[in-house]
Parts: sequence; structure tokens; C-alpha cells
Amino acid sequence: MNLTELKTTIARHRDDFPILSTTVNGQPLVYLDNGASTQRPLQVIEAERHYALTTHANVHRGVHTLSQRATDAYEGARERVRRFLNARSTREIIFTKGTTEAINLIAQTFGRQLKPNDEILISHLEHHANIVPWQMLAESHGVVLKVIPMNERGELDLEQAQALITERTRLVAVTMISNALGTIVPVEALIALAKARDIPVLLDAAQAVAHQPIDVTQLDCDFLCFSGHKLYGPDGIGVLYGKAERLERLPPWQGGGDMILSVSFAKTVYNELPYRFEAGTPHMSGAVGLAAAIDYVERVGFATITAWEQHLLTQATQRLSAIDGVRIIGTAARKASLISFVVNGIHAHDLGTILNDSGVAIRTGHHCAQPAVEFFKLPATARASFAFYNTDAEIDALARALDSAIALFK
Amino acid sequence: MDLKNLYREVILDHNKHPRNTGTLPPPAHLAQGHNPLCGDQLIISCKITDERLDDVRFEGTGCAISTASASLMTEAVKGKTLAEIEELIHAVHHLLTHTDAPIPAQLGKLAALSGVAEYPARVKCASLAWHTLRQALRGESTTVKTE
Repeated sequence: MNLTELKTTIARHRDDFPILSTTVNGQPLVYLDNGASTQRPLQVIEAERHYALTTHANVHRGVHTLSQRATDAYEGARERVRRFLNARSTREIIFTKGTTEAINLIAQTFGRQLKPNDEILISHLEHHANIVPWQMLAESHGVVLKVIPMNERGELDLEQAQALITERTRLVAVTMISNALGTIVPVEALIALAKARDIPVLLDAAQAVAHQPIDVTQLDCDFLCFSGHKLYGPDGIGVLYGKAERLERLPPWQGGGDMILSVSFAKTVYNELPYRFEAGTPHMSGAVGLAAAIDYVERVGFATITAWEQHLLTQATQRLSAIDGVRIIGTAARKASLISFVVNGIHAHDLGTILNDSGVAIRTGHHCAQPAVEFFKLPATARASFAFYNTDAEIDALARALDSAIALFK
Repeated sequence: MDLKNLYREVILDHNKHPRNTGTLPPPAHLAQGHNPLCGDQLIISCKITDERLDDVRFEGTGCAISTASASLMTEAVKGKTLAEIEELIHAVHHLLTHTDAPIPAQLGKLAALSGVAEYPARVKCASLAWHTLRQALRGESTTVKTE
């Protein structure tokens, strides 16, 4: 597809997102906060609506028609996720509230089996969700947290990573794409380092999932987590993928209904995978919406998504670099369509307010990745994060809004 | 909403040229303010003699609203009695949280902060200095947080 064809294709898909045609402060909405949450296409909204209108009941319980229908829809969504990730079995797909809950699940099951001075290796780029659960484990179990350092471009130091993997390392838990800087982490290389010592690897795919195809079998990672609302799907639903042989060896997490086979006051027998890790009534409509989002994204196609997003990244990087006083934070050789930046003399928080006045929505602050931002001796950055539905005109709007912010603060 | 109503000349000026910056030497009253969400950090130091604020300084990093609010505040409270300052804190809080409220004359230049009320996400930026000042006057050495 050449650029003109790509533009036409994108314009057609963009019409599936009605919220993108709304206005904010009397200006057309320019939504550049996709790293925090993506918008939903009509196809996802319709799937959730259809579920509520025709299908809803509790799953895995009733013999009545709706319960069976809801079970089919929910388990159908699990199969959809399995295919999306190319996992071997639906036993390896656990629905969670999101990435954060998925990481906490591993920290509270796998992590509880660890001993004092066992080590967990994370990176300087991690989101708080892949730092704090391990720190809690450090407090409760005496586990030691080690951090792969990064350079001034926001790239991880693989030599250091190799040196930091020791005979005490029990897990390598890293992000695939930095939510604060946009760095694409060479997780294949990290997995190879870990596998050489038979150490399991957890991948935080929260940022990656909307930007690139993910094949867990090819990656050979042991755990992988993502959230529906960063993949054009609903909030409140996410996925933990785990290799069956890993998950089988974990103790149960939350107790309750659905995660048991039988309960007596003397003894409870826990359910099989994946139900053992899904106590209580799950987020059924969310799973259905997530499956619809996956259908949608695969119909657009990652070839189209990646090509257009990389175009947006190049364009936006050039436009922002050309503005006097703008400095881009995070300049890795391989980046996703996300740009963190600061402007001389204007705090990121003020930028956020001023840009919003022009209808431009960006994120400001530490992006829940304080260590990655503080590495650059900054309290906060502004972040424009692009989805495949963003346009060249929106990059213009961002640049114009930045110009007026700079003029206001002159 | 008009951006010029938030970023008035007075605000921009105090952001660029903040008054009364620095830290007073011991035995000053000190308090630290922190806004974890945006990373604003602020230290306020006060010299109090006979229930009157003789001198006040602030130091830290923050957005224009938070810096200008702190700067304007130091100018407004210097020389006032503790009771007068407490009243002023109340008046400012009301100003920051009520749109279209009448602005009492006692506020003087602080009236420039009235645009903040239309931006609920920014109220905590403007109020950080005031919360921290109250803490400093009370001689409590805990960190104040607004989020």
C-alpha cells in the first residue's frame, strides 16, 4: 500500500469511531492520549450492546438457555484471545481486570513461592504496575528487585541485563514498549538471555498490544499481560497469558465461586485451568467486547496499523523537533508511535491545559513510570501517543497548539 | 472557558519572576508540599514573631499556576497576623473552588487566581502552596499532599 492508499484506508476506519468527530472546547477533538486509553469503534460498542440485549446471564452455572449462551460467548472470547496471541490452549488464557491485575496475580502466586534473596529482574522503563507488585514481594518475602539500566536515549543496556541475570534470578519481568518514552524493548534478546538459564519471563504488553502482532509461542515467553482498553476494547477487562505448565504449578489466587470443583468445610478441590484463577462472576460483557476489538484490529490489520503509525511517528517527530524550545524525551532507535517531550519554560501541566483549550488531548505528568521520567531529571513530561486512527491534520493541530502555548508564555 | 482568564498577566509574571524565593535559616517554621500526580514539590519557610508572620519564602518546582500562587501568596501574607492569614486561606480556598463568586476586596492581587475555579483539574495546583503554608504555621513537619 502506498501512502495515498494508506490514507484512504485510515480515513475509512476512522469513521468507525464516532467520538473522534466530536468537539472539545468548541474545537474538533484531537485525541492523542491513546497510550492511556484508546477509543472504541462502533463494532465493539455494538457487540457489548448485543450481548446485553440478547445474551446476558451468569456463566458456567445455569442449565437455562441464556446462561448457556453467555457461557458460549465468554468462552468464545477466550478462544478469540488464544488465536490472537497464538497460545497453544484456552487453558492458558485467564481473564483479569487488566494488565495491573494480571501482574499482581503472578506476583501473588508465583511470587509467594519465592524465598528470601531470590531475585526478580525488571527494567528502568517499567510502568508502576510492573514495579510495585514486586516491591511488595520484596517486603513480604525478602525478594530482591534488580533493575536493567537504560541509556540517555531510553534504550535498555543488554550487556548489563546479561550481567544482572544470576543463579538467584527467578523471573525477568519487562515491558515490550515503554509507555513513558515509546522505546520498543528487544524482548526477544532478553528472553534468549533468560532462557539460557531456564528463567521464566513475564512481558507487560499493555502498550505493545495495539501496535504490533504478538505471538506468545514464537516469543516463548512464560507470562504476558495486556488490557482491553488499550486495544480499542472495553475497560475493566484484560488478559493474563501463562504457559500451562507454569500456571499448573501455581497456587490459587483469589478464592470463591468458579475457581473450585467442590467445597466442603473439610476440604476444597480447586478447579482446572483457566477457571482456577477466575474466582467470582467474571466481566462477561467485557470479554465479548474485547473479542470484538480483536476482530476489529485484525480486520484493519497490523501491516496497515504499523505502517501508518510509523508514518505518524516520523511526521510528529519532525514537526515537534522543528519547534524552538521543544525537546523530545526518549529517542530510541526503535520507537512506537508515542512522543514524550518538554517545552522550555512551560511546565507539562500547563501545556496540557493550554492544548486542551484547542481540543488537543495529551497526557502530562510522570505517566505512572516515575523512574523512567526522573532518569531525565524531569518531574513531568507531555506525551502525545498516536493510534492508527490519528491523522496528519491532527499532528498539525498539535504543532499549532504548541506554538500558541509558547506564544502565551513569551 | 477562556485560557486568558486562567493565565492572566499577573500569573505569567509571577511564574517567570517568582517573589520571595528561597529558604529561611533555622529556626524557621518549615513545611513541605507535594503533589504526587504532577510532581510539584514545594518548601515553605516562615519566621513568626508574636503571632505575626515576619518573613516567608518558598522554594520548589511546579507548573505556572502552582508557582504563581505560591509567589502571590508570599506577598499577600507577609506581615499579617496568624489569624488574618487563616482568614485569607479560607477566602482563597473559596475563590479557587467557586466560579462566579464575588471577590472580596481583601484578596487584592490574589483575585488573579479566580480563573482557576473553571479548571477543576488545576485547583490542586493553586492550593498546594496554601495548604503547605497552613501546615508550616501550625509547626507540623509532615508533608502536605494535594491530588
